[in-house]
Parts: sequence; C-alpha cells; structure tokens
Amino acid sequence: MSDRVFNDDTVLVLAQGYRFQWEPAQNCNVLLYPEGMVKLNGGAGEIVKLISEKKQTVAELIADLTKAFDGVDLADDVYQFLDEAYKNDWLRK
Amino acid sequence: MTGSENNTTPDRAQGSIGSAIGKVNDQIRQPLWLLAELTYSCPLQCPYCSNPMDFARIKSELTTEEWIDVFKQARAMGATQLGLSGGEPLMRPDLVELIRAARDLGFYTNVITSGAGMNADKVAEFKEAGLDHIQVSFQASSEDLNNLIAGTDAFKHKIEMAKAVKANDYPMVLCFVTHRQNIDQVDEILDLCIELEADYVELATTQYYGWAMHNRDQLMPMKEQLVRAEATAHRYQEEQQGKMKIYYVVPDYYEERPKACMNGWGNIFLTVTPNGVALPCHAARELPGMTLPNVKDMSIDEIWNGSSDFNKFRGFDWMTEPCRSCDEKEKDFGGCRCQAFMLTGDPANTDPVCSKSPHHHLVEEAIAAGKAEADKPIVEQKPLVFRNPRNSKKIVGF
Repeated sequence: MSDRVFNDDTVLVLAQGYRFQWEPAQNCNVLLYPEGMVKLNGGAGEIVKLISEKKQTVAELIADLTKAFDGVDLADDVYQFLDEAYKNDWLRK
Repeated sequence: MTGSENNTTPDRAQGSIGSAIGKVNDQIRQPLWLLAELTYSCPLQCPYCSNPMDFARIKSELTTEEWIDVFKQARAMGATQLGLSGGEPLMRPDLVELIRAARDLGFYTNVITSGAGMNADKVAEFKEAGLDHIQVSFQASSEDLNNLIAGTDAFKHKIEMAKAVKANDYPMVLCFVTHRQNIDQVDEILDLCIELEADYVELATTQYYGWAMHNRDQLMPMKEQLVRAEATAHRYQEEQQGKMKIYYVVPDYYEERPKACMNGWGNIFLTVTPNGVALPCHAARELPGMTLPNVKDMSIDEIWNGSSDFNKFRGFDWMTEPCRSCDEKEKDFGGCRCQAFMLTGDPANTDPVCSKSPHHHLVEEAIAAGKAEADKPIVEQKPLVFRNPRNSKKIVGF
C-alpha cells in the first residue's frame, strides 16, 4: 500500500516523552505520555514492547513478531497498527 | 490536560487505541491519575487560580515521607500518572526527592509549574531524578499583559525556563489559560509557542472555580472573542500538523452540554491537597456534606473505595432530573458537581451548562454579567482580585 507512512526499511522509535511499561494493576501493557495513558491489548503491546526495546526496521520487527507468533503472517496487521500509532503521535520515524 | 485549571485534566488520561489489533476497554474503577497538590505557596497571584479562596488558612503540609507513602499506596491501586502541582510545586525543597521516589515506583511524573523558582540546573536535576514531563504555564504572550495578570515580573524568566526544558530533551508542553483579557492574543501566543519549539500547546479557557469564580465577571470571554480564537487555533492546528500539537478547549459556559467532569466522580481521578485531604477533584472541598478524609488518618484504599465523599456521586442513582432519565447521562455524568453546587446550590442538580437544565439561564446570566462588565468604561470596571494570602484572609474572613 503506497499511502503508508512506513515501509520495511523505516526505523521506528517511540515518540519523545513516551514510555512503555507493563502495569500489573491493569494487567496489560501501557504507553504513558504527558498526562495520558493508552492501554494496549496483547498484539499492540507486543509491537510497542519490541519498538521500545530495540531500534530496528519495520521488516525486522515483523520478522521478530512472526517468529513469536509461530510463523503467522502479521505484516498487514502490523502496518495497520503502525499507521494508527503514528497518526496518534506515539511513534516517530 | 484539558478541563481544569492547571489544566491537567484527566480527560486525556483515558487514551484509547482504536486499532484493528484491538483495544482493552475495561471499566475497573481505579485512581489512574493522582494529582498531588504539594503546597499552596506560590509566588504568582493569578486571579484565575483554582485553589480554594481560603488557601491561606491551610498552613500544614504533608512531609516528604507522607507524600511518598501516598504515592506508594496510589501506585499499588493502579495509578500511573502523577501530577506534581500546587500552588507552585517548586516551592517544596524536597521536590527532586519526591520525583525520584515517584519515578522509582513506576509513575509517569509530571511537574506542573509556572517556572517560578526554576533554573537550568534544577531542570537538569529533575531529569537526573527521572522526571518524565514538565508543563510550563504561561499567563499570556505579551510581557506586559503577562506580568499584569500574574502580578509579578515573571515573564522573561518563563521564556528562559521553557528553553531549559527543551535543552534537557523534554517534550515541551506549554499551557496558556485564556480569558477575556488575553484571548484576543491567541495568534501571538501560538507564534511564541512556535518560537519556543513547543511540542504540545494547550489553550484552556479559564474555568470558574476558586479564585476564577470570584473574578468571573472580569474573566468571562465574549462570544465574538471565542469565535475568533477558535478560528485562529484551527488555522494553526492545520499549519502545525505533525510539528506542534494544539489543544483548544472550548469553555463550557458556551456549550450546550456539560463536560464529562473528571471522567466521572471518583472514577479515575484522585487529588491530595497540601495538608493531606483527599478529594475526587480539586474543587470538591467546597461542596456541602463532605467529610474530607485525610491520608494521615486513612489509607488511600479506604478513602477511594469506602469514604462517603468518593461514593457520593458515583454511578447514576444520585442524579436528579433531567439527568436521571437522560439518554446522555453515561456520556457526561451530568457534568460538574462543583459547578452545579456553585450555581444552583445543589450539587446533585444537572450542571447548568446543559441546555436541558432548568437552571441553564444562570449560565446565560453569567455570560451577560461578564458582557455588562466588559462594556463599562475602564475606570468603572471591577479590578481583578489577585490570589494572595492577604486577599484570602480578607475575603473569607479569618
């Protein structure tokens, strides 16, 4: 899809001031930012966790996730999420 | 950040992820947002301050250990956001220590400051202690007006501080509280924000609590001003897309429906005042029949789950008509209890901002009173009453 803001070579980082962490009291992963919080569901949490842990390209991220999810092809879902996350200013290129 | 005075509103705390991958949407009632009003001391005298009119009566403050214990308890109950506010939080000599303790507990730590008492070394110290975010609030963009409104010569200092914030690699979040006397300067304000390379800007209209309520006639913006300001804000929002995020908050007096105040009473928001009183919102102390539980006497858990204060307006059973049978009650929870009380005398009434409220005329009358005041010759206009201990004692009478 050509209108996507990311491609396989894009290196992703969390936007400035954003912090990823596991919240035991909420029993989910969250993204914290100035005066706000986003609760992430399982899949979204895994993606953001990987982005917060290491600087890598989208292709590498997808490869890691595919491995973690037993070879299921997640590329479309990941791209869809990344677009959404970018629109919400959670991620930077 | 929107929706209340230091304009830390819990509204934005309820982020959601509307992604195809899904969303977690539970309704567990947890104090996600802890607002720690560390002190009522403040070198500024803003006439729109949301602190209670009688703040000067409250002399005692929680100790460092007591605050850290509050942080621990709230964190264990699920709090993630901590607002360190006041007054001016920098008046607390232990601020760095409090930041460090909160950050170690896993809080996302926000300092909400006017920048008074801050210098570049201090900002670096905060950074080292793990502070996540500093919000600097400004009175206006023009130095004269700013100094006039703040009652001090604080403006140049603020600019320097904003630069120090940026230099320490913080996202720069600037908050401008707008009202009749500065709302025509929205373009200047936003130009200044661009110059300072702000990442987020909040243009928040004064809401009428505490000192702002006392000065309502002098602060109330006119309809034409709002139309202009909103158009300007939207123009900048488009121009700054992807660079600077601008939040423009429409003043509720000009709305047809009330704000979902605090995202519901006792739902996600917990305020602890300088002397340890726990409140469901920072203005709730004024309401009748409050027991004002103190963190020195009770655990946060007991206060949050068990106290009559926090249960008073939870759910929908307390509601009167027209809220009770209204199909929008789950959207706005009937609006603001404090506003309902201040305007109608009964906190269980519908927030009179709502056009369905039988008291809606009170809001229209308040707007008209502001206009009448604005139309007077300048020499006959009521002066703004500045928030300081002298006025606090004089007005409240103690």
